[in-house]
Amino acid sequence: MKLMVTDSQRCVGCQLCMFACSRRQGEVGLSEACLGVRSIGGMEKGFSVIICRACPDPPCARVCPNQALTPRQDGGVRFNPDQCIGCRNCQKACLIGAVYWDDDTQKPEICIHCGYCARFCPHGVLKLVDGEGAVK
Amino acid sequence: MKQPDPLSRVLYIDLTSKRFWVRQRDDLFSRYLGGSGVATQLLLEECPPGCDPLGADNPIILAVGPLTGLYPLASKTIAMFKSPHTHNLGESHCGGRSAISIRLAGYGAIVIKGASRLPLYIAIHGNEVYFRNAASIWGLENSFTVGRVLRDNEPGSGLRSIMRIGAAGEKLVTYSSVVTESYRHFGRLGLGAVFGSKKIKGIVISGKHSLPVSDIKAYRQSYDEIYQTAVTSPLMKKYHDLGTAENVLPLNSLNGFPTMNLTSTQFKEAANISGEAFAERYLGRRLACSHCPVGCIHIAALREPYADEAYFYKTDMICYDYEPIYSLGSMLGIGDATAFLKLMEQIEIFCIDAMSTGVVLAWATEAQQHKLISTEHTLGLELKWGDAGTYMKALRLIINQPNQFYQALAKGVEYASSIYGGREFALSFGGNEMPGYHTGAAAHVGVVAGTRHSHLDNAGYSLDQKALSKGQNLTPQEMAESLVAEERWRQVLSSLVVCFFARGIYTPEKVISTLKSAGFFLSLHHLDAIGREIYQAKYRFKMQEGFSLDNLKLPSRIYETPSSSGKIDPDYVRACLTHIKKIIQE
Repeated sequence: MKLMVTDSQRCVGCQLCMFACSRRQGEVGLSEACLGVRSIGGMEKGFSVIICRACPDPPCARVCPNQALTPRQDGGVRFNPDQCIGCRNCQKACLIGAVYWDDDTQKPEICIHCGYCARFCPHGVLKLVDGEGAVK
Repeated sequence: MKQPDPLSRVLYIDLTSKRFWVRQRDDLFSRYLGGSGVATQLLLEECPPGCDPLGADNPIILAVGPLTGLYPLASKTIAMFKSPHTHNLGESHCGGRSAISIRLAGYGAIVIKGASRLPLYIAIHGNEVYFRNAASIWGLENSFTVGRVLRDNEPGSGLRSIMRIGAAGEKLVTYSSVVTESYRHFGRLGLGAVFGSKKIKGIVISGKHSLPVSDIKAYRQSYDEIYQTAVTSPLMKKYHDLGTAENVLPLNSLNGFPTMNLTSTQFKEAANISGEAFAERYLGRRLACSHCPVGCIHIAALREPYADEAYFYKTDMICYDYEPIYSLGSMLGIGDATAFLKLMEQIEIFCIDAMSTGVVLAWATEAQQHKLISTEHTLGLELKWGDAGTYMKALRLIINQPNQFYQALAKGVEYASSIYGGREFALSFGGNEMPGYHTGAAAHVGVVAGTRHSHLDNAGYSLDQKALSKGQNLTPQEMAESLVAEERWRQVLSSLVVCFFARGIYTPEKVISTLKSAGFFLSLHHLDAIGREIYQAKYRFKMQEGFSLDNLKLPSRIYETPSSSGKIDPDYVRACLTHIKKIIQE
């Protein structure tokens, strides 16, 4: 299963998805969010919804010097925090900026494509889908 | 949890000495929850009696609440200050990302004191506070441009709020506003001028703290309940679909839609500026405040050709709501939606309160009709109902204040009418211009006796409509008691910083259950006592600054033009006010 953005033009910028992501991880707030919603040059232009695209050959995993990130079967990566040395290579390698950072642990926040965020998107912007169609 | 709750941390910023510090104020948050309750106490602490609202002594207080960041729809920031418009309690509420940013930056409240000689903007990123030289953007009259500059110069994209002022705040117009995230405002009572007087062009605030909850499992469950109610309940449908502009047609058909300076309560062109008309012809985008699933912010897309070059267009995105439609539309006789939107856009650019501006222009129009003022005063302008182009010119003159007349208009209708006459049709209540409801006595009594002279203090307009639909005739005592009870409860909601649109979701029982997650274990009795105490504390400040229910003068226009409930009886209004005074003194 993979998370996808169906249409970012429908996004109203409420950030409920980000709060949901933190909440799923047992935190309240936005510190653990593995996805982001930001305006495109001011609210008047609408929003970018930046999520992990579950790349079939993820560059974040390629640049990890200690195998903390390993490709997962449906695309994207699995994260083993014990292996992570906090070098931020993964963050730099992701062109779309979908590797978020936990300032407390100094380790990346990696989307596991669970779809919890999509359950709290009131306008159908996020969706959890099967297979190849997800990579969009 | 990673860290203790930062809610009780108050960030103090002194602009004069360019210093900042943090104090733990559990004493305030444990007793008054947050928001309005805590801000009132901080105002009483920090604002010297009788201070000049545009002097360095006047503090700016921003406060959020215990549910902010925890639950949806608790995303308002409460600003408190002494109002340069009413010279009394200044309280204004704003959404956008402001509340979430303050809470997740690690604060429950921010107190800004002193004044800077150098124009600056304040950047708050978590524990770091920076005073940035804003000389290069001081004088930039367009708040959208100011927002763009601050966006480009500060980190925290997606996690920040950008508050700023336009030309009105710099020029100390007493009803200038502060805008956040392009479309949300600390709209009323002149916070923009207080920013301007301190030489603050803007405040950028960002952060992503974690917040503690007492029981994560119970919290998730109560969160899901609130969320489900918010997205499925008919309670929020109105705000979701057409937005507050939905009120235009019903109020017009009820004879409650103030038109042409309240010479009428029905506007024949109402259908052109209704929520339905905007949705059909202009609605280009909807937005939400952070952590709110509703998305009540309705933005019109206005495509316009340039007159001087063929095939050359611009498209502006302009926010509309019921109150500006009333004040800049029907109140000025403007029934052309495009003309309304252009005027609205200019209001946003200058950062000036749409409601007060509309009422000021409406008074000036009638004053000119009655020959109380001439074209010498207006510098050649002939103000006429529906003439949006002339109103646009007058708006710019209010900002620039080139003569005594426009200097007077920049202080509101109460002041202007005290100089030029026409008090009987100067629609000011406690010094603040009227909101868009002529539904009956409760609407006006509610505004004049409300602590901040806002229709949202106690929703008198709603009380009128309920009584009307049930065929009830409330006694003055019943009306007074209902208004005060509602205003006391709203002190609780605004201390939790719950959006008043969500008041149907956050029932007292729901408030008690959600507060448990935030570590507050309160009973209905506690909540009631907190609401009463905050209400009294606000009135204490008001009395300290010279407010009295005894010497209020209401414009006679409200008694002349029949309301939805028929003609309003001045004796009835006086009796209501007498009862409210009794309740406050008890």
